[in-house]
Amino acid sequence: MALLELRNVIRRFGDFTAVDNVSLSIETGEFFTLLGPSGCGKTTLLRLIAGFDTPDSGQILLDGEDIASTPPEKRSIHTVFQSYALFPHMTVTDNVAFPLKMSKVAPAEIRKRVEKALEEVQLSKFAHRFPHELSGGQKQRVAFARGLINRPRLLLMDEPLGALDAKLREDMQRELINLQKEVGITFIFVTHSQDEALALSQRIAVMNVGKIEQIGEPSTIYSAPANRFIADFIGKINLMEAGVTHISGEDMTLEIDGLGTITLPLKPAVQPGDRGVIAIRPEQVKVYALAERTEVPHAYTGKVLDFLYVGDVTTYVIELDNGVRMEALLANSAPGRARFFEVDDPVIVSWPQEAAQFLPDQP
Amino acid sequence: MNKFRLTRWLISLPPTLFLLIFFVVPSLIMIVTSFRYPGEYGGLAPLTAPETPEAAATQGDSGLYGLTLEAYRFFFSDILYAEIFLKSFVVAAASTLICLIMAYPVAMLIAQSAKKYRNLMILLVVLPFASNFLIRIYAWMIILGPESAFSHLINSILQLFGFEPVMLLFSPFAVLVGTVYVHLPFMILPLYTNLEKHDPVLLDAAQDLGANRWQRFWLVTWPQSLPGVYSGAALVFIPVLGMFAIPDILGGTGDILIGNLIKDQFLGTRDWPFGSTLSIMLMLAVLGVTGLFTLLARPRTPK
Repeated sequence: MALLELRNVIRRFGDFTAVDNVSLSIETGEFFTLLGPSGCGKTTLLRLIAGFDTPDSGQILLDGEDIASTPPEKRSIHTVFQSYALFPHMTVTDNVAFPLKMSKVAPAEIRKRVEKALEEVQLSKFAHRFPHELSGGQKQRVAFARGLINRPRLLLMDEPLGALDAKLREDMQRELINLQKEVGITFIFVTHSQDEALALSQRIAVMNVGKIEQIGEPSTIYSAPANRFIADFIGKINLMEAGVTHISGEDMTLEIDGLGTITLPLKPAVQPGDRGVIAIRPEQVKVYALAERTEVPHAYTGKVLDFLYVGDVTTYVIELDNGVRMEALLANSAPGRARFFEVDDPVIVSWPQEAAQFLPDQP
Repeated sequence: MNKFRLTRWLISLPPTLFLLIFFVVPSLIMIVTSFRYPGEYGGLAPLTAPETPEAAATQGDSGLYGLTLEAYRFFFSDILYAEIFLKSFVVAAASTLICLIMAYPVAMLIAQSAKKYRNLMILLVVLPFASNFLIRIYAWMIILGPESAFSHLINSILQLFGFEPVMLLFSPFAVLVGTVYVHLPFMILPLYTNLEKHDPVLLDAAQDLGANRWQRFWLVTWPQSLPGVYSGAALVFIPVLGMFAIPDILGGTGDILIGNLIKDQFLGTRDWPFGSTLSIMLMLAVLGVTGLFTLLARPRTPK
């Protein structure tokens, strides 16, 4: 049985449907991420799970029991808020002890468990400090220690890394993965950052305008996005308008506007005349100097328009002869070869057949 | 930099002079007055050396001619004054407590209302100040008077249960009604200012971590509001302690407070030195209380 199951959950605010018929199920021990742009309904969904809001219709089941009308204080679900929401008038110790006090644990037991929890997050030295005397990362760890101390069934996190700087965020991501493995508690993580979602999660649900667009493992979502929105939202991608010209057996032939035809394995429910986009990740695009090779399949000539060097990789913007622009990501791994091409260099662009995906427009 | 400093001095000079002339100097005069003899017809006796040995014997021959500790001796010799001080403290403390209990829900309501209504509600809280203080107290005299509808109502209820009718006016009850009524806004305003700054997500967090409504109030809202509680308490307690108009108008003969006693020394019995002594004692008491409040209201950790 799934730990948490949402069945056809709907939440409306006036005319606006914030959560539109969402169903999903989360297993025990999972690191699950709700990913979507701001305003997609992910925070509303989190508040419904935490109990701060009740759905207009649908069921929320925790261990098979409908908790839609259970108040937050009675749910074995804790939340780590974006602002951490540490009690400013309490020390680190008192903050972490709070949930235990609420569940009437004996004082001696509380002391023991708080000490252990603070040790685990390396905050023993800060036990008697107040929140305003801590750094962002330390506050973060206090918030996690407090959320986990009485071992809830589920820990919800509302963009908890949003307020940290990039370097610290990366450290915290690694800590978070380790923490989750250690405690074995199910995490639901809400973020608008696709990097964070890909790095942390075992499964991701991508949300857009109140609906879940796709649920899957990070690698699946990245390599096989279900539609144009997800392809565009997760990572960088080259999108080229295309239409299906004919279908033969297991293959379909597409006409990329202004570029030419390509043949791809048939996708279910695709019919001749359907329109959509061909999506290719920049790191799948190969670039050759015009003189270097000519005998490659799906090869198109163009010239380098611009490039962006960021150290480990360089992104080249290439304009094909017919005006279509593509981005190609090349690793700068060979020593002394930080730059392959200069602006205006004539090049050949190609990609492996399986790297291109056809994403039909949704009706 | 120097110019800036000069400007700062020039700007702060008028208020400094004002406080010096109208606060520091009078306080010093009052302190000196408390050590002098009262004049025969009020005022003070002249500062002259005793003319006869007999006079020297009664006035003490300390060399400090015309100065005496008589007023202080008088204050400490009669338990009556200590009792009046104690009663004043009790009335002030009771008023503060009642104001706090009444003001807290109002302040919370305002702080939790939509922003656009808050200023209107604050305006309503301070609206009574638009009418004269004495008129408002006299209005209470009419409301609590023996012939008022309110008095009749209370007394008919008491009669229903077989109690003797009571006189509401000229009683400690009437004094409390007056002090609470007048000082309630002084409690509401600092409480509101404090409560308005509370981050509502902390209540969500407390609830999320298992705190019920009651625990959320006592463990999150109340401790954070303590600085507001202390400021409000000081703003009610200290003025009530020195209040004389309300006990004069609404209180009975037995309900005089320090304020009335001091007023009587200057306007009634015309014993200025004793009046000054009482004022100094009151000031010391108020300083003690203020010091205590400041100590309590200080944030537990430096910001």
